[in-house]
Amino acid sequence: MTLLDVRNLGISFGGLRAVDNFEIQIKKGQLYGLIGPNGAGKTTVFNLLTGVYKPSDGKITLDGKNITGAATIDINKAGIARTFQNIRLFKDLSVLDNVKVGLHNQYSYSTITGILRLPKYFKVEKEMNEKAMELLKVFDLDKEADFLASNLPYGKQRKLEIARALATNPKLLLLDEPAAGMNPNETSELMDTIRFVRDNFDMTILLIEHDMKLVSGICEELTVLNFGQVLAKGKTAEVLNDPQVIKAYLGE
Amino acid sequence: MKTKMNLTKSTKSTLITVGIVVVAYIVMQILGGAGMLSSLMKGLLVPLCIYAIMAVSLNLTVGILGELSLGHAGFMCVGAFVSAFFSLYFKETMAAGPRFIIAIILGGVVAALSGLLIGIPVLRLRGDYLAIVTLAFGEIIKNIINVMYVGRDEQGIHFSMKDAYSMNLSSEGQILINGAQGITGTPNDSNFTVAAILLVLTLIIVLNLVNSRPGRAIMAIRDNRIAAESVGINITKFKLLAFSISAGLAGIAGVLYAHNLSILQAQPKNFGYNMSIMILVYVVLGGMGNIRGSLIASVILVLLPELMRQLNDYRMLIYSIVLIVMMIFNWSPKAKEFREKYSIKRLLGKKTEKGEA
Ligand SMILES: Nc1ncnc2c1ncn2[C@@H]1O[C@H](COP(=O)(O)OP(=O)(O)OP(=O)(O)O)[C@@H](O)[C@H]1O
Ligand SMILES: [Mg+2]
Repeated sequence: MTLLDVRNLGISFGGLRAVDNFEIQIKKGQLYGLIGPNGAGKTTVFNLLTGVYKPSDGKITLDGKNITGAATIDINKAGIARTFQNIRLFKDLSVLDNVKVGLHNQYSYSTITGILRLPKYFKVEKEMNEKAMELLKVFDLDKEADFLASNLPYGKQRKLEIARALATNPKLLLLDEPAAGMNPNETSELMDTIRFVRDNFDMTILLIEHDMKLVSGICEELTVLNFGQVLAKGKTAEVLNDPQVIKAYLGE
Repeated sequence: MKTKMNLTKSTKSTLITVGIVVVAYIVMQILGGAGMLSSLMKGLLVPLCIYAIMAVSLNLTVGILGELSLGHAGFMCVGAFVSAFFSLYFKETMAAGPRFIIAIILGGVVAALSGLLIGIPVLRLRGDYLAIVTLAFGEIIKNIINVMYVGRDEQGIHFSMKDAYSMNLSSEGQILINGAQGITGTPNDSNFTVAAILLVLTLIIVLNLVNSRPGRAIMAIRDNRIAAESVGINITKFKLLAFSISAGLAGIAGVLYAHNLSILQAQPKNFGYNMSIMILVYVVLGGMGNIRGSLIASVILVLLPELMRQLNDYRMLIYSIVLIVMMIFNWSPKAKEFREKYSIKRLLGKKTEKGEA
């Protein structure tokens, strides 16, 4: 069953057609890769999917619901969560609180309850702490729960972003270059974690990545972007052997 | 176990902050009872609480929400005049206790509403528009009050924007707000005990807010708006929440102020931008986002110039030196390291801290 269905998506920045006639269909539970040379428009696609930019053309359907042009927070509530290529953590909050912000719409009590410290405050906070710790454990971050997010090493910051996104209980998880800046060890660990998340959270994952080892290792299908347009798509092995794709990556 | 620890950690820190005020209150009461407080010092007790409430509440906007406000004194002014008007109006017809409680709530609520009113158009925008608009608000509100004339007689309330005569009050009539002369005869309901209680309430409101779900949302917006939006946080809602609570608490400081004087006037020195900037200085020196810091900085910086009056010429010199020293102590990385190593460890009895790496 198709979870994400994108048709004829496009946006222009002034004269630049950053994304043009983009389409993608992702099935529930799939681990899908979006690749392409620098500046191809991959991050822009994520920004269109999450409402950071409003598309000038096209239609985005998530789980049968039209979310084209919706606001970012409504798209998150509809079920898309993401990480960012240039890490965007809440740097002056603790690691635990970063995840708890992600849990914001999962748990609730009123502002008055919080200020007056009514019993419900303690009950819900306890549940949030437990849920957040559970997520941190998946990413091996539980020991750093009290650290400030900005004091984490780079690789762990990337993982924390994934944990925070997962906390919003999405249907679809978008990862923008999750392995960027990681060493080969961390990368292979990350591959295991991504698989684990897909299997244990019943997650559908769309990821952007330049690391071909990661892409060929975990992605089942790929779409290749070049100059804002879809150059190829299909099974990972086939796409990576496509002469056109090799040409786009190697030569100008 | 770990999760439990986190709850108690923030609660502990809140208790310490509130404890500082309670201890200071008791010490002052004992000194006062023993006749060991100068009249200068006695007169400073309520203003100290007022400035501390102002600094703590401004820190909610500046340090916790991360928006610059240059008109915090404007909200104080709103709270002061609304409550003074109310108290004067019911001076003869209501008992002092309930009247003052209503005055406090009224001043706080009206100031919070004016914060909301300013916030709704401005906080939707991205960028530093709030600074400009609050600056203007502070000046405008002061000028409006200075041309406002309100009085009453047997026929009811009279109002004019021109002068007191235009109200056509009867000979029995009473002027309530007299333009630039302000409000005269507000009952002196403020005292150190009420002021200290309101300061404690302010601290509890702000600290409990910060350590709760809405508080985390507010700080998330401060740290990264785009990321906050991406996890489903309603940016405008939480900005408005923080800003109107901040304004409301400033309004309560205004209520204390108005009921501590017999003549209330809106002048540049009490409600102008100089005052707003001075409060901002307390916040910056106490540390952005550091609520206890705002409390301590405001007390030190209000007391200092007063206690040094006899030093005359050297007064401002010493004041400036203290400002510089506090700035260094708060912001230099070495000083931060030092504090994290010693004070937090000592206060919380914990070995490892988050300051590593
Ligand atoms: N807000 C914007 N305004 C103008 N141009 C933009 C904007 N965002 C992206 N672009 C342009 O759109 C093109 C695609 O950028 P994008 O960031 O999507 O590339 P990418 O495929 O993610 O590249 P990389 O692999 O380097 O991250 C680039 O030419 C970029 O300069
Ligand atoms: Mg990119």
